[in-house]
Amino acid sequence: MSCAESFSAYAFRSVGFGERLLPKTDITLCDQIILIGSGMMWNVYFAVVAILFGFVFATALAFARVNGPAYLRLPADFFVFVFRGSPLFIQFFFAYELFVQLPRVGIEIPLGFATLTASTSWLTKAWLGATVVLFLNTSAYSAEIFTGALKSIPRGDIEAADAFGMAGFKKFRRIVFPTMLRLAWPSYSNEAIFLFHSTALVFFSGFPAWRREADGLYYASYFAEATFNPFVPYPIIAVYFVFFTLLIVGFFGLVSKRLNRHMAEPPKVKFRLGSMLTR
Amino acid sequence: MFEFCADPKAIEDLKWLSCYLTTPKHAAMYYSILTVLALLAAAVPPILFLGFVGALARRSGFAPFRWIGLGYTSIVRGVPDIVFFLFFPIALDQAVEVLRHKVKCPEVVAPIYQGNDFVVCQAAKMPLGPSPQWVHEAWGFTLAVITFAIVFGAFTANTLHGALAAVPKGQLETARAFGMTERQTFWRIHMPQMWVYALPGLSNLWMILIKATPLLFLLGIKDIVYWAKELGGMKTQAYAYPHPDWRIWYFGALLVFYLLLTWISQRVFDRVFARASRGMAVAK
Repeated sequence: MSCAESFSAYAFRSVGFGERLLPKTDITLCDQIILIGSGMMWNVYFAVVAILFGFVFATALAFARVNGPAYLRLPADFFVFVFRGSPLFIQFFFAYELFVQLPRVGIEIPLGFATLTASTSWLTKAWLGATVVLFLNTSAYSAEIFTGALKSIPRGDIEAADAFGMAGFKKFRRIVFPTMLRLAWPSYSNEAIFLFHSTALVFFSGFPAWRREADGLYYASYFAEATFNPFVPYPIIAVYFVFFTLLIVGFFGLVSKRLNRHMAEPPKVKFRLGSMLTR
Repeated sequence: MFEFCADPKAIEDLKWLSCYLTTPKHAAMYYSILTVLALLAAAVPPILFLGFVGALARRSGFAPFRWIGLGYTSIVRGVPDIVFFLFFPIALDQAVEVLRHKVKCPEVVAPIYQGNDFVVCQAAKMPLGPSPQWVHEAWGFTLAVITFAIVFGAFTANTLHGALAAVPKGQLETARAFGMTERQTFWRIHMPQMWVYALPGLSNLWMILIKATPLLFLLGIKDIVYWAKELGGMKTQAYAYPHPDWRIWYFGALLVFYLLLTWISQRVFDRVFARASRGMAVAK
């Protein structure tokens, strides 16, 4: 099979288009590169959705933990403790079993022109169930980072905001939130990388790969088993991951530049005890 | 275990539960907790060793060593650990078998990779086919320890590298001014002070290591995840203790187990920090 043929057969195999069967015999290098690349779409999807929603929820959690009343602070603390204290791998298993037990009911969502029936059985599918777990997980880790950043906002900044008569949402939007982000950003970019790497766990935990539509690592391990040669598929997926990791680093670097654009000089990363909040 | 357990179908409630939780299979599950702890204990020395070697390589005056150190730490950090957990056990296994094949069966000239097959002679199999079960398990465990060492060694190397760089320059200059040699400065001043800076990173790594132990399951080791899946699945009336699908309870228990493990570790580390940073002028 030529490369063009493998491309048309497997480029979108992971989302259900193209050849139904995975390559069995005469597996070419092209097959491996294309099918694994196709699977990487899942990894990117998981990471992007989880990080976008997780960012918002983590900010809310961090504020609840630092400024919130006790009835918000304690649940938020507990949430962060549970999700940071247990392995993501077990969280996937547990969540899957939980989602399977849910009653099979549908929730009607009126869209105006049509009604969408959201079924709870979607939660047992990786595209939704695993995304929910990843979202909760990254929220907890990011909330811990944001909490630390909120606590280390220079007091002078807040006092200056007060002196200018800023209060409420205005103070939050102009002073607190940008400063928190600026302080948290290096750790937060670490968290984004870790989260992206964790997406590889999805199909090795509870969530089944429906119709063998799965992420890059699933296909890589499929090839390793089919060819008895781990030295081709795993380096391929490693290169994909390094590539996307570099993209993340680049993107977060750009944002960091923007967050720090008012600073007189690039901030020197000074070593501080307890400042290495990663996973 | 208890006498009244002779006929499990006739008893119920608490008695049933106490019998159920003490079956030999459950004993095997409790025993597998020891596997997890043994892995943690066995992995730490090689992790620290590799981390140390990696950190020193990155500081080496000889450029190729620096490149190797940097390459090692960056590649492992840029790729998800689970990829390595799938890759290294097979790769190491094959590497060992190829070597043994070359040594023990030099007369076989057929290529080892035949199409989609990996063929070595019987004498080169690792472990040998007829060897007892425990040898197979020990070999699997060894491969797991090596894999953990390689992956976490890279993270440790990074932490130690940062910590070595964080020791105030003045300390080292003072040592040199006192006439200490490079080696003396390193062992007497640099190393002892480095630990304080390395501790937060190392404790963090320990937490990550704990949370990576369930991946043993992927290496085909009968760890607690394996038993939770095995015991929690639905048991029909054909079994002595029939029950519906209880996996959610088993995984819930695992969740609590890991929470306890990380919580205890955190408490211990808090103590160690407090001790290690006595008399240090560090911002907290």
